[in-house]
Amino acid sequence: MTAPLYPPDQASGLWVYLEQQDGVLEPVSVELLGKARQLADQSGQAVTAVLAGYEIGHLSAPAVAHGADEVLVAEHRLLRQYTTAPYAKVVAALIEERKPNMLLLGATANGRDLAGRLAVRLRTGLTADCTDLALNEDGLLVGMVTGFGNGILAGILCPQHRPQMATVRPGVFARSQPGEWRSGRIKRVPVTLAEADAPVRVLRQVTSRGGDITAAERLVIGGRGVHGDFDTLRELAALIEAEVGASRVAVDEGWIDREAMVGQTGYVTRPKLAIVCGVSGAMQFTVGIQDAETVVAINSDPEAPIFDAADYCIVDDVSEVLPPLIEAIRRERGNGGG
Amino acid sequence: MSGGTGADSMRGLHTIVCMKAVPKSEEVTVNEETRTLDRSKARSEINGPDLNALEAALQLKEAHGGRVSLLSMGPPLFERYLRLGLAMGADDAYLMSDRAFGGADTLATSCALAAGIRAIGGFDLILCGEESSDGATAQVPPGIAEWLDVPQITYATHIQSLPRKRLVHARRELRGGYEVVEAPLPCVASIKLGANEPRFFDFDRWDWAMEEAPVVVWTAASLELDEQSLGQPGSPTIVASVDIAPSAERRREFIGGTPEEEAEQLVQMIRAWIRPS
Repeated sequence: MTAPLYPPDQASGLWVYLEQQDGVLEPVSVELLGKARQLADQSGQAVTAVLAGYEIGHLSAPAVAHGADEVLVAEHRLLRQYTTAPYAKVVAALIEERKPNMLLLGATANGRDLAGRLAVRLRTGLTADCTDLALNEDGLLVGMVTGFGNGILAGILCPQHRPQMATVRPGVFARSQPGEWRSGRIKRVPVTLAEADAPVRVLRQVTSRGGDITAAERLVIGGRGVHGDFDTLRELAALIEAEVGASRVAVDEGWIDREAMVGQTGYVTRPKLAIVCGVSGAMQFTVGIQDAETVVAINSDPEAPIFDAADYCIVDDVSEVLPPLIEAIRRERGNGGG
Repeated sequence: MSGGTGADSMRGLHTIVCMKAVPKSEEVTVNEETRTLDRSKARSEINGPDLNALEAALQLKEAHGGRVSLLSMGPPLFERYLRLGLAMGADDAYLMSDRAFGGADTLATSCALAAGIRAIGGFDLILCGEESSDGATAQVPPGIAEWLDVPQITYATHIQSLPRKRLVHARRELRGGYEVVEAPLPCVASIKLGANEPRFFDFDRWDWAMEEAPVVVWTAASLELDEQSLGQPGSPTIVASVDIAPSAERRREFIGGTPEEEAEQLVQMIRAWIRPS
């Protein structure tokens, strides 16, 4: 067996790595704090939030409000933008010194980048892309992961190695209400980094804070059956203040940005209403809408599996149904629907 | 420490592409009684993004010269997928095949692959697919980079080499945008699915690739690896339970009529959710 870095009986505390970009917390980090609080209360552990970056001190108060008992703040100018090596060095050093029992990270691009590197450095187990977390009767972290397009659900444990690491998909846990009454200890930790610790340089970065489909209350989702006409979907979405999502096919066709992709290789969403247009509904897709409160499916194929995952089903061409639907919603809202 | 003794700019770039074969996911079924995956009817294929990694490597070779090696870990039948890679344009292929490698999680998998990469030696760049379609953890490329103690670039959609400066530039996809990063060689990069259009195999290479080209097969013993760091013994994680995923109960209520009638009825059903906020 690969020797553990430290044994289970020396490990304590539930840690959450808080991902931030340009001083803004990733939504999944807040979702994780809420879940960590719940697991910690169940098991009598403390929640520690790890915050790394530069000029990010203002994020410790929201971390406490969302459930952290303690926030470790590591600031350095070489942490201004995320690159793997300096972040891994800083977080690994904190773990070696303080020996947490568990470490949770968001399964974003950079969260998975960091988690994969840390797990090998710490010689521990990492459960990737969890759709749920729980504690078993021995207090071990159980990471639930789906396989083969949501067909199976497996529970993964890391019995001997610490910290027990897991990354969690954005959107699977609800965002908790901040409790301004909560109190926590904010501790700045010393950071020693040299240029040689940051071999990768970010030359330029272009990101926009556009619509976030994981946080949307209403979603209009298009697939193959919209035949590239996302304009009509956008018109419907604008009318009901929804975000626009897409199946993998629609993204691969280049009809819409990858950011909009719903499903196993895209995002898991939890809207109150999802109107799914022209998506056949393979399991790789439906995993992304299974937490929706109400699902409407419009598809011309009566045999399409999407209808098994929908509350209201319309067997018809999307291009035939959307124009009268937009009209009907306009009338409904015009009639003092608000 | 890095095995990247590195080619000088005159010799071009030596890229090692890690690839694996995966069962076609739509052909894997769940056996409801035993609650296990039935892969027996599923055919295999090269993992999608691994083909994008190979295509990226072949394009770098065309631009700068050098060599593309393929590395895989799996059962002997993986050899035919390596031969397909050779037919596409790779120069040599290595297969790590031993029961001792089986049942490995990402720690043990990346450990073994890093050992294979060291055994091939002299690399400038390691390219992997962003993740496998069956495991879908995306943790192996960062793991390999850590074992080799070299920088990593994950989720790259474009990669460009500046061999004389011993640098690569890559574009990484992020939520809501992208970034361009610069990393020194040697390094590990993982390539996004769909980053490029993988080429068809080259007919002129087919006979050589299928019959003459040697595929070097390594066991744990031939690489002098400690079996305790491989397969299940080398894996800190265990699968505690496997279940058929519960599906949400849905109403499955069909609405009929003309499109106008369907639209009217639907609005009545969902009016609570579409009120102006």
